[in-house]
Amino acid sequence: MTKGRLVGLEGSFAIAEAVRMVNADVISAYPITPQTHIVERLAEMIADGELDAEFICVESEHSAMSACVGASAAGARVFTCSAGQGLELMHEVLYIPASMRLPVVAVAANRALSGPLSVWCDHSDAMALRDIGWIQIFAENNQQAFDLTVCAYRMAEDQDVLFPAMVHIDGFYLSHVTEDMELPAEADVADFIPDYEYPFVLDPAKPVSMGCYGPPFIYFEAKMAQNVAFEASKSKILEVWKVFKETFGRSYEPVETYRMEDARTALLTMGSISESAMLAIDELRSEGKAVGLIRLRLWRPFPFAELREAVKNLDCLLVLDRAISYGMGGPVCGEVKAALYDKRQDLAIVSYIAGIGGRDVTLDEFKYMINRGEEKAQLVTLGEELEPEIIGVRE
Amino acid sequence: MRGEGERNDLEQAAELFTPLLLTTDENFAPGHRACIGCGEALAVRHVCKALGTNVIVVNATGCIEIFSSLLPQTTWRLPWIHTLFENVGAVVSGVESAYKARIRKGKIPDRGVKFVGIAGDGGTTDIGLQALSGALERGHNILYCCFDNEAYMNTGIQRSSSTPYGAWTTTAPVGKHSIGQMTWKKNMPEIVVAHRIPYMATACPSYPLDLMEKVQKGLETEGPAYLHILSVCPTGWRCAPEETIEFGRLAVETGIFPLYEVINGDYRMSLDFPVLRPVKDYLRRQGRFRHLTEKDIDRIQARVDEDYAKLREKAGVK
Repeated sequence: MTKGRLVGLEGSFAIAEAVRMVNADVISAYPITPQTHIVERLAEMIADGELDAEFICVESEHSAMSACVGASAAGARVFTCSAGQGLELMHEVLYIPASMRLPVVAVAANRALSGPLSVWCDHSDAMALRDIGWIQIFAENNQQAFDLTVCAYRMAEDQDVLFPAMVHIDGFYLSHVTEDMELPAEADVADFIPDYEYPFVLDPAKPVSMGCYGPPFIYFEAKMAQNVAFEASKSKILEVWKVFKETFGRSYEPVETYRMEDARTALLTMGSISESAMLAIDELRSEGKAVGLIRLRLWRPFPFAELREAVKNLDCLLVLDRAISYGMGGPVCGEVKAALYDKRQDLAIVSYIAGIGGRDVTLDEFKYMINRGEEKAQLVTLGEELEPEIIGVRE
Repeated sequence: MRGEGERNDLEQAAELFTPLLLTTDENFAPGHRACIGCGEALAVRHVCKALGTNVIVVNATGCIEIFSSLLPQTTWRLPWIHTLFENVGAVVSGVESAYKARIRKGKIPDRGVKFVGIAGDGGTTDIGLQALSGALERGHNILYCCFDNEAYMNTGIQRSSSTPYGAWTTTAPVGKHSIGQMTWKKNMPEIVVAHRIPYMATACPSYPLDLMEKVQKGLETEGPAYLHILSVCPTGWRCAPEETIEFGRLAVETGIFPLYEVINGDYRMSLDFPVLRPVKDYLRRQGRFRHLTEKDIDRIQARVDEDYAKLREKAGVK
């Protein structure tokens, strides 16, 4: 393996580099803030001959994903990206590659949903995609945005997987921010992501019917088969990350922990906010508090076992959501509670909602959440029911 | 310039029609689940004969997809994909682009595969219009066939923007305050022509040789080609199944559905009628128009006459 280059790259450009290095055949996208820099950069690469791919400049996100589905079924390696309202417009089509087992790879530059109109980051768009049947991974910084996009291709295209994969990056926080990162040598990425042959490709030499009509006597079985295969994809996801570590030296886990060695309290986060949370944990640790951080990297398939393992010594878990499930609370917290209910009914789980529509979450707010969380956990242990607490909103 | 009563080559050829001139291969296999007398099933069968086997078919949700792909069976002897109702234009763009890229990159040989999108009138003139417009505008090398049975038929005869004025449907019912469909049929062929694509034609399975010839022309066209195919629906039109071919002919002979081509902007009548049959010959025999008064029919006649005259003018027929 050749040593990679240390470069300063915007998150969007890092993703475009990943798509170029995996040698995508078809890119189909519609511009939407804050995803635009990714497609602009890819269009530029194609225009300059740095990437040999068909660029379908579609008229909507619905068509962007539809063209990816067609191209993937015809055996191409494809890419698209979107954000916020665009992902919502794409929503109907997102189920199709999952049920047809097409390895489409997409990046979501996470953005709040209307109204009022907001182009800034939160995870409302990602949460609306909870049940689409895609492998979904959250990145925290630009290095991860690159690495995880590369990994997404190997995961999706594994012949035992053949499911679409989506990498979530926080809009603006990553898409528009330049960070230093290591860009691997192209040849190494090419070795890691070799060309693949889609086994059921649309080809007159061997006609297949794809996307047939399923009456009640067969639909349920098809869905069951999809779910079984999707759950089974997790072992391959772990395998890809293992090979990635061996090849490039950076490791990824479905659930990652930070300073959890003796922690009785932990905060759980997703996305770029995790790096700010690490600073808060460092400060609290220097004040002598035994607190740690859990970062949920793999959102689907949900990492039940890894999450249970991560919380096994905890008395108190604080879950930070960047989305609101209206009338319910934080969607991630709901999932975490559901995942832990069978094994850890003694664990106090506290829900926080913060950073909605691009509102920054300050170091003090993280520290408040952790300190106040422990008090709240006491109340939970005493049998009190707690509503999710919203942090950082003006009263 | 022909006199009244003279017939063109095509009409004569239709009379001399012999199956020996056509392939006996059925790329759209028998045994599908279409209603009896379905004009669309017939049209698809003809289209598939003309397509040959070196094509990939992308289908929208609609009658055809429903009656041809009920799991675990398929009527398609061609590679076929269906995803959603409104996205055929985009999916076929993706398929075409994938082949283009993979051939250029040396991943697969160029075997001259062609790409065909098919949809009903709902999937074309209503919900699928945007994706189709995008595909035409981008200039993909595709053939798009709209099978127009003038309503949402597989969900039970609801109006579309392709339903003709005055027709009864379940969502445009006839009542004290309603004549049925209150708007005029959207002129999809002209919308397509406005995209300035190289080939646009209208066709009907009542004229099978004309239909197949147009399919072949569409396939051979470099760039986007569009066929608008009238597909008689006895179930939704409230007519007898054995009358399908006849109604297709009546639609053409009355000028309600003229057969014409637009090749690189040049109009050409495939069949021309200096004197059209009265529209009432067509309307009066269908249950969906049963409620129309003489005045209503006169109104439709005036509109058909006007449109047909405009079309003849564009085609340079005096």
